[in-house]
Amino acid sequence: MRIDIAKDVLEHNDALAQENRRRFAEAGVFVVDLMASPGAGKTTTILATIEALRDRYRIAVIEGDIASRVDAEKIAEHGIPAVQINTGGACHLESAMIRRAIDQLDLDELDLVIVENVGNLVCPTEFDLGEHAKVMILSVPEGHDKPYKYPGIFEISQAVILNKYDTRSVFDFDEEEFRSVVGRLNPRAPIFPMSAKTGEGVDAWVAWLTERIEAAKEGGSRDA
Amino acid sequence: MHEMGICDGILSSAVRAASDSGATRINRIEVSIGELTEVMDDALRFAFEALKTGTMAEGAELVVNYVEARSQCTDCGAVFRHDRFDPKCPECGSYVSTLVQGRELRIDAIDVD
Repeated sequence: MRIDIAKDVLEHNDALAQENRRRFAEAGVFVVDLMASPGAGKTTTILATIEALRDRYRIAVIEGDIASRVDAEKIAEHGIPAVQINTGGACHLESAMIRRAIDQLDLDELDLVIVENVGNLVCPTEFDLGEHAKVMILSVPEGHDKPYKYPGIFEISQAVILNKYDTRSVFDFDEEEFRSVVGRLNPRAPIFPMSAKTGEGVDAWVAWLTERIEAAKEGGSRDA
Repeated sequence: MHEMGICDGILSSAVRAASDSGATRINRIEVSIGELTEVMDDALRFAFEALKTGTMAEGAELVVNYVEARSQCTDCGAVFRHDRFDPKCPECGSYVSTLVQGRELRIDAIDVD
């Protein structure tokens, strides 16, 4: 006997993600999911973003790693609430993990939640967490050809941060080629060349984020 | 290896639908997978073999229908097939388009006894 199902395979994940999204909207908090390879500078980018925005906004961080609390501790040292998720081997975060993490945060007292996904350019792309924006970070030393090898993550990101831009003279990074292929994969995504370490170029990324935090806050207060 | 998570989704959906209909055995599971997803056929089949053991889908065959990428041009409205690196509208040359298919991860149907 044939039974028609016609359901998304990730229906369960997507349903929980929608639930997370609803909670974020009610609280007027903007949530960004940062995705990158290990070592691209996710945590340094988060710290630079916190420094730029902490006077204006209440921020928390959800750290996803296979193991350890290293990153959450690094964030907490800066006086920012940080929840560590250990995926115990899983190569990406899922919406159920985010739901458990936000239970440990007071969303009403926050404007921005930054999620640091597990370092991986493949697996996080398929999983909706309930975030408002997925942003990927590519660092210059990884090379301009990464979008050819990992197109999916460039396609689904709302913005691309090109980190460690201060090292571009050392590496053979062809920025024109990079912009051309990212432009074809995802013409709507802005590219922010920056160095999270030196602070060069961080302003443009922070301005983009600020617009979205403000929009989320307005949405939250309108609903309230 | 997020194929494990995807396969887990496929199997739990299939087993739930089969149980709801009073079936005891799943013979076939049909899924549609867009060519723009990051799913590897080998990894998916490996995960399926590993995860189906001990479920009512233990003897089931996995049939994968791969869905090609198609987009609709934002400028002229044409719908066209493309590879992921070149979503250029063949009618007007625009690169601005909206994907209409190619990212599916869908369980279509099952065959049960």
